[in-house]
Amino acid sequence: MTDSMARPATDQSSLELPLRRQCPMAPPPEYEDLRTNGPTRVRTPDGTWVWAVTRYQDVKTMLSSPDFSSDGRTPGFPAIKPELRALLANPPFVRTDPPEHTSERRPLIPEFTLRRVQELRPGVERATSELLDGMQRQGPPADLVEMLALPLPSLVICQLLGVPYSDHEFFQARARVLISQNSSPGEATTAISELFGYMDQLLTSKQRNPADDLMSRLATEHMEPAGELNRDRVLRMCALLLNAGHETTANMIALGTVVLLQNPDQQALLRESPDRLVAELLRYLSIADLVPARIAVRDTELGGAAIRAGEGAIALLAGANWDPETFDEPDRFQVRPDDQRHLAFGYGVHQCLGANLARMELEVVLPALFERLPTLRLDTPAANLDYKHDGVVYGLHRLPVTWEDTR
Amino acid sequence: MKVTADREVCIGAGMCVLTAPAVLDQDEDDGRVRVLDADPPAEAHPAVREAERLCPSRAISVES
Ligand code: SF4
Repeated sequence: MTDSMARPATDQSSLELPLRRQCPMAPPPEYEDLRTNGPTRVRTPDGTWVWAVTRYQDVKTMLSSPDFSSDGRTPGFPAIKPELRALLANPPFVRTDPPEHTSERRPLIPEFTLRRVQELRPGVERATSELLDGMQRQGPPADLVEMLALPLPSLVICQLLGVPYSDHEFFQARARVLISQNSSPGEATTAISELFGYMDQLLTSKQRNPADDLMSRLATEHMEPAGELNRDRVLRMCALLLNAGHETTANMIALGTVVLLQNPDQQALLRESPDRLVAELLRYLSIADLVPARIAVRDTELGGAAIRAGEGAIALLAGANWDPETFDEPDRFQVRPDDQRHLAFGYGVHQCLGANLARMELEVVLPALFERLPTLRLDTPAANLDYKHDGVVYGLHRLPVTWEDTR
Repeated sequence: MKVTADREVCIGAGMCVLTAPAVLDQDEDDGRVRVLDADPPAEAHPAVREAERLCPSRAISVES
């Protein structure tokens, strides 16, 4: 398409991100029009304009294009949560570009390979089984988020990083403040500094007494003076891994359970092909819908829109993952022939580092849950559950479930 | 078929190992891609093409 045909930036809509889901399991209904129109300028909560990108091909192109930067320090970088703008001044590596991004991501890669993740699997199976024991001991009804969905990924990421799990209430309370749309800028700043203070102390103790964990390896091999990264960067990496490592997976476990209870015909797949079932859950739920924000670093054209240098853009992953051009009947939850094509983990050099770990956790926990509690059902109708409409990452605050007590 | 992988751009997501484990692997030490078989047999070709398509950093190239 030539420049003269590209639609100009004056083509603005009255929509404001984040848009609200109507059906709790489907993307906001406005995404359909956005997909038909192609990239469209919409407002964000602090009044700035960003391009909403929703088509599968456009999202893939944008996330792998050097025309779009992830550098959170660029003036005008989009923020869905303006109260977290302070974090962008000195961003974690996910909000930087290569080569800076590469130098920080590289030491983490060996920690998340398929092989390493498979080594963690027996530990995840054990932890799942113990949490299910706890649920059965306590008996129905129970909050699945509190009893399983949140503690499991927390235990796993704590073990991987070398963070004492006994501190989980401290950091989960801070994480909740950072993720909620309702916290004030002051609350967010306090939560951030408390979290960093905690990580800082832990890093010092790892330097003195290194153990066989990720934080110790970063502290002794990659952090100055022995290594290439300064202490502040390492701190930011660890805080990010701790938060990203449990919140997202917890939401997938809880929402995935609801989807499977609503689609009992799909439950057989838990045994037959959990990997394909999990891939479809990732596509269908697309919980990190709002995460991939970018800013154009030069004038460019995307899906028929003329995007100018300095304009922000957000790749709406749920839009892409429900694009009927790519996925037949996207609103149907069903295992698909080409199931790894979904973009739930993003795309390009910033694609989720923890994807293998998240997939493995889901492949362990969901089959185990339905095997252990075959009579599991919701204790509140699915429509009335406490969904995270207020978050950057979608999920459930609570999930009341019950089952036939055979104690 | 000739399979090459650019280790410099690889981000270690491991999609290639998931898709074509007979041909592509992740290095034990740095987690980045390694080509196990640069000229794989015909039955592996579809999987390798899929791995090329799925790699998020476009690190894998296939020439027929
Ligand atoms: S899929 Fe691409 S980025 Fe991922 S490990 Fe393989 S080559 Fe590297």
